[in-house]
Amino acid sequence: MLQAIADIVRLDGAEKHFGAVRALSGVDFHVGAGECVGLVGHNGAGKSTLMHMVAGTLRPDGGHIAVRGNQEASYSVARALELGIRCVFQELSLCPNLSVAENTRINHPSLTGFGWRRKAADLIQAKLDEIFPDHGISATDIAGDLSIGKRQMVEVARAFTLTREPLHLVILDEPTSSLDAHTAGQLLAFVRRFVAAGGSCILISHVLGEVLQNADRIVVMRDGKVVAADAATAFDRDKLVAAMGGAEGHQRAVAETRKTQAGPLKVRARPARQQDGKELVARAGDIIGLAGLAGHGQTDLLLAIFAAASRAKAGIEVTAPVALVAGDRQADGIFAQWSIAQNIGIRSLHRLRNGLLISPQREAELAEFWKKKIGIRTPDMNNNIFSLSGGNQQKALFARALGSDAQIVLMDDPMRGVDIGTKLEVYDLLREEAAKGRTFLWYTTETEELDNCDHVYVFKNGRIVANLRRDELTEEKIIQSSFGDAA
Amino acid sequence: MRPEMTAIAPGTLPKSSPRGGAARARMLRSLLPALSLSLVLMAIAWLNPRAISYFGFSLMLNLAIPIALATIAQMFVIAGNELDLSIGTFVGFVGCVTATWLKDTPLIGIAALLGSIGVYALIGALIHLRNLPSIVVTLGMSFVWQGLAILILPKPGGKAPDWLLAILAFKPPYIPFPILAALLIAAVVHFGLMRTSYGVILRGSGGNAAALKRAGWSLLRTKIVLFALTGLFGVLSGMALIGITTSADANIGNGYTLLSIAGVILGGGEFVGGRVSPIGAVIGALTLALAASPLLTFMHIPPDWQVAANGAILIIVLAARVLISRRER
Repeated sequence: MLQAIADIVRLDGAEKHFGAVRALSGVDFHVGAGECVGLVGHNGAGKSTLMHMVAGTLRPDGGHIAVRGNQEASYSVARALELGIRCVFQELSLCPNLSVAENTRINHPSLTGFGWRRKAADLIQAKLDEIFPDHGISATDIAGDLSIGKRQMVEVARAFTLTREPLHLVILDEPTSSLDAHTAGQLLAFVRRFVAAGGSCILISHVLGEVLQNADRIVVMRDGKVVAADAATAFDRDKLVAAMGGAEGHQRAVAETRKTQAGPLKVRARPARQQDGKELVARAGDIIGLAGLAGHGQTDLLLAIFAAASRAKAGIEVTAPVALVAGDRQADGIFAQWSIAQNIGIRSLHRLRNGLLISPQREAELAEFWKKKIGIRTPDMNNNIFSLSGGNQQKALFARALGSDAQIVLMDDPMRGVDIGTKLEVYDLLREEAAKGRTFLWYTTETEELDNCDHVYVFKNGRIVANLRRDELTEEKIIQSSFGDAA
Repeated sequence: MRPEMTAIAPGTLPKSSPRGGAARARMLRSLLPALSLSLVLMAIAWLNPRAISYFGFSLMLNLAIPIALATIAQMFVIAGNELDLSIGTFVGFVGCVTATWLKDTPLIGIAALLGSIGVYALIGALIHLRNLPSIVVTLGMSFVWQGLAILILPKPGGKAPDWLLAILAFKPPYIPFPILAALLIAAVVHFGLMRTSYGVILRGSGGNAAALKRAGWSLLRTKIVLFALTGLFGVLSGMALIGITTSADANIGNGYTLLSIAGVILGGGEFVGGRVSPIGAVIGALTLALAASPLLTFMHIPPDWQVAANGAILIIVLAARVLISRRER
């Protein structure tokens, strides 16, 4: 009984079906007061479904939910908020047409009456200052104008703002997926402070190191079930991966020196703000990393290179067709109304053409080829793209780029919120394609991914400040360059 | 506040500059409606300086009040990512009720008008609950309103209530009444939709409905409120129209459907995403009202060509907006 009261939330035998798919089959899960629970598992393991239940946005088909020892018969979002349970969802849920302060108001029914705008602005500004010092976000900024990383910062900060409702438990679903190492560190440090002060937290992340270092207890899910749950100290990286399953047989990228000779030049680009002679050079078969803090000109340079491929641009030389794998999947990558096959074929239309029309047969062939090659998990490539999980949607976008005639592939932090199994599969594929002579320019916010690159350019304030070979690449070096003087 | 600005050499404002650019472009875009209105006004002043007077404005902007009200009505549904194709015939229906029942049997008239607002609210509920496309539902409703209007007033006629005539004949000192009314409408709606805390929820329902639902708000309620507000301003528009024309005709408002949509878009609104501007919408309505006939008459464009010329003005303004939006990227 004592145990039950110390629990913020407890689910017993939670079940959920979506049609024939069993998303959760009898899951027991609880979070104690002053505890940070790490939740890991592949995409589609049921983590998000479970969290939607805790947050009240999904009703369980079976099982019980109890909050602070009281059974909740009619649990809903409103009830969850009343009880101090909040969730930062993986898909960004800000209103792009509203300002940061107005978005804060949406989560606080009590922010009304005279002066609510001032109150909302102060509230979010103070919380942003507390979690992310130097965030550079103003409460009057329109959410849609902010970069994806800053939107995520606003969303996280918003979940921790306090008005009338209490705050006991915050669910963070991939909170760092769009943050660079520096801001992710700020956030995780804040989470530790929050937990130390008696709050509770559920941390979902595909970056296993984050979970291992910050969670008190780790719950591993697979195929809609909890397969392991223990104190964080009982796990290490390998044990976690083994418990999650599915990633066996893959070897992490080792720093093999597979590159021997320099291929022909593919891209030579100087960022618009570069004042010294540094420039980005990529040759055939290179995998080039673009690192540094988020939003320091990496995406801008990728887009400039992409534009230069079709229209000559000063300072940028591109010698082959280019494809872009977008990072903001929902906004820039996916055609929401189209099937998976159509989404893959769009970059290769001239090859799929038969006279004036697109040949459905060739489109299906291309789609089927990549379904096998990249392992897109779907019964039918003619299903809508949204029938796929996030990781598989991203695979489809990779298939779009790799299936095209592009010799240069630009990647704008494409692995956000993608599980480690999918990532490892894609890494292998990239190396394979690079060996065939393709060139990859890869902007990533996850330092671990840079291990796959031949060399790495570090960006600061829209300029290249360092060019590191793989053997001299360390996280310290990147952070040092990111913060060093740009002179 | 922004340490990254102090850390770098002056003249280069990385990080903040793309956002600053977006803010500048937004500013420019929000000034565009005002700019197009002043262009039209300057053209009129150049063609006919005498028109720029108290009397001239009262005359030229005669019909601007009902157009502005209908535009605001349309703006509310557009704020919720819907479109109302029935607003024109609805204004006509309200006009017929105003010129007959509201004058002869005021209680029945008031009940009919309030009831029609209720119907709008129900349509909002229906569209949300059954997940129907608003274009189809409101297109259907437009025939319903038109039919009702013809039933009430089979041939042109009727008479506006005296109190309504008195209100619209009001001649304030210095500022012509239509301009005063436009300022009032813009101020009231701007406050209600852009500044109040529930206005944020209404606009948010157009921006990201899923996020709103997750925060525990009822989307059914926002939709009902938006449609009821459309009904309310449609009623005001119809009454103002009859107050000006003094008698009604079942077809009197038919042109308002497209005028109101054009006014919202001209005023900086967008069809989806909850991006609307009440002040812009009123300015857009004024621009349309002026460009519709006074300007073209002064330009000696024959009436046969006026509708086409009106369309051309619309296309030019919208093209300018697209150019500015493109710079935003």
